[in-house]
Amino acid sequence: MAVLGAEDRARASEIMARYPKGRERAAIIPLLYLVQSVEGHVTRDGLRDVAELLGTTTAEVEAVASFYTMFRLRPTGTHLLNVCTNLSCALVGARDVFEAANDATGAPHGGDVSDDGMFTVHEEECLGACDAAPVVQVDFVNHDKVSPERMREIIERLRNGEVPEPARGIAPTDFKHASRILAGLEE
Amino acid sequence: MGENPRNDRPGGRGGLQASPGAEQRRDASASDGPPSKKIITANWGNDEVFSLDGYRADGGYEALRTALDMTSADLIDVVKASGLRGRGGAGFPTGVKWSFVPQDTGKPTYAVANFDESEPGTFSNRELIEREPHQFLEGLAIATYAIGSHDAYVYCRGEFLWPDMVLRQAIAEAYEGGIFGESVLGSGYEINVIQHRGAGAYICGEETALLSSLEGYRGQPRLRPPFPAVEGLFGCPTLINNVETLCNVPHIVRNGGEWFAKIGPEKSPGTKIFSVSGKVERPGNYELPMGTALRTLLEEHAGGMRDGKRLKAWTPGGSSTPMLTEEHLDVHLDFESIAAAGSLLGTGAIIVMDESDCIVEATRRLIAFYAHESCGKCTPCREGTWWGARVLERIEAGYGRQEDLPLLEDLGQNMLFRAFCALADGAVSPIQSSLKHFRDEYEAHIAERRCPFTGRGPGVANETAEAPAGDRGLSEVLG
Repeated sequence: MAVLGAEDRARASEIMARYPKGRERAAIIPLLYLVQSVEGHVTRDGLRDVAELLGTTTAEVEAVASFYTMFRLRPTGTHLLNVCTNLSCALVGARDVFEAANDATGAPHGGDVSDDGMFTVHEEECLGACDAAPVVQVDFVNHDKVSPERMREIIERLRNGEVPEPARGIAPTDFKHASRILAGLEE
Repeated sequence: MGENPRNDRPGGRGGLQASPGAEQRRDASASDGPPSKKIITANWGNDEVFSLDGYRADGGYEALRTALDMTSADLIDVVKASGLRGRGGAGFPTGVKWSFVPQDTGKPTYAVANFDESEPGTFSNRELIEREPHQFLEGLAIATYAIGSHDAYVYCRGEFLWPDMVLRQAIAEAYEGGIFGESVLGSGYEINVIQHRGAGAYICGEETALLSSLEGYRGQPRLRPPFPAVEGLFGCPTLINNVETLCNVPHIVRNGGEWFAKIGPEKSPGTKIFSVSGKVERPGNYELPMGTALRTLLEEHAGGMRDGKRLKAWTPGGSSTPMLTEEHLDVHLDFESIAAAGSLLGTGAIIVMDESDCIVEATRRLIAFYAHESCGKCTPCREGTWWGARVLERIEAGYGRQEDLPLLEDLGQNMLFRAFCALADGAVSPIQSSLKHFRDEYEAHIAERRCPFTGRGPGVANETAEAPAGDRGLSEVLG
């Protein structure tokens, strides 16, 4: 089953056209984001679509997809919560924030998705905003100085269908939307 | 997205002003010429420069106009004369790097900006883009022209969703404003910019891994030589510069190489953004002349130690640079002085730990990072980081053995300089430096069979307790 419909295939061609002729493989990352934006994670069918577009094998595409943490190869919640626990955040309580995220979502440690399908909690490496530690990303936008209480509040609001205001910029509505933006579309 | 929707208003962030007492060892600003205290962050606090119009009203893109009237060779000479050294960590002279790119091979030439900022503790590039994206784009355009290239790529960190959106908008504005495209500022010289997002891999900040990733492969480093200058992107001559490096370029073109060379120490001229995080009162980015003492940065800018606690350890340039201690408070922050103190300036990312922080736990967390981010290509790195993490876990959890300390030393020696790229060396830095400066803490963990800071572990009364089984047993205990 193809993941990309006719319209998305047209967008895929635009993405590939960003790169020099004969170098279309360079588009593999944005194309993977594109298929991720349709199904909410990168499925076997999604890998196959990308391989077909690039004229390569599914194994080649999977080798690339599995290298990068922002491609989710397993079922993923509506929202992806990335909690940084690297040193600068750990020094000011990130471990408690991570525990609060697991606890409030019900997502098991190291597991894929909470029972209600809403959340995936990912222990993240440094997110490059250490002055605002502990840092949490909701669908890849930053929330600064997040306490365990604030973490619970963010989760509650997401559960109610709200999009909590990030520290800077605008927020995607969910993980699929974030993937769409990452593909360089719909900004 | 017409305006900068930063929610933290400028002025709301304390300590971004250079204080009058800031150390200026060879500061040229006092007498004449343009001010030198703050160069690339001088406009932080001015929301207007976020847009193309605001940036141009402030004199933006005039340096690019100046550059387009110069020959490539003259332009490279100006940057060489400035003494600017790469801000991405290695500190290689930027003008020299530009001169290494051959312009007569008959192949296309590429300029690539490295915006894959992910060294733990580092957050200057992100803020440079979020606040004044056109300063960076102007530097990129000048660099692209200087090496005779028509194609610039910006490799953006994937997790920087918002900063990458800012950049995308700025690039679109610059095209509309005649900065990029077929005729840059009406000069007839063509430059196109392609934004390329990564997808979550620290290693892609390493320049050859970045190129592999940009070409659509796993982000694994390549053996050098050939260097990217000769055989880089798509096998063509390629220049790769860090964002902060490129942000300095318009100012150097505008004010001259000599002006820049007079700021800070002779061998590390200019200013540097120091990203301060951890146990200080006011974490943040502070642009100060190279060679400023750590004491000045901490006490006059970052607000001193948090809660009045005592400084225990700090990294001068992110997690991959050897930790220094309270003894090194008066060390000057420049490439030479930090090297003389036994560490590296790296990205100028200063992570501050105080007396209540456990060094073994800090080291364990950093090694876990390197184990996660090792690309797996080289055995010493792939295996060394993984086993290093296991040994540090068991020491921190109270199950360490006397022989673990020589084991860690031996592990470090078998990793250092034995892999394709510097990731393994970066992982060795915290291990070796913490053993050098804080060996007593390791010994206390082993002797007491627990962490003296958290109390976690079986303790001496429980001498026969065995560590939880399984590969991830201890990391589960430690969280």
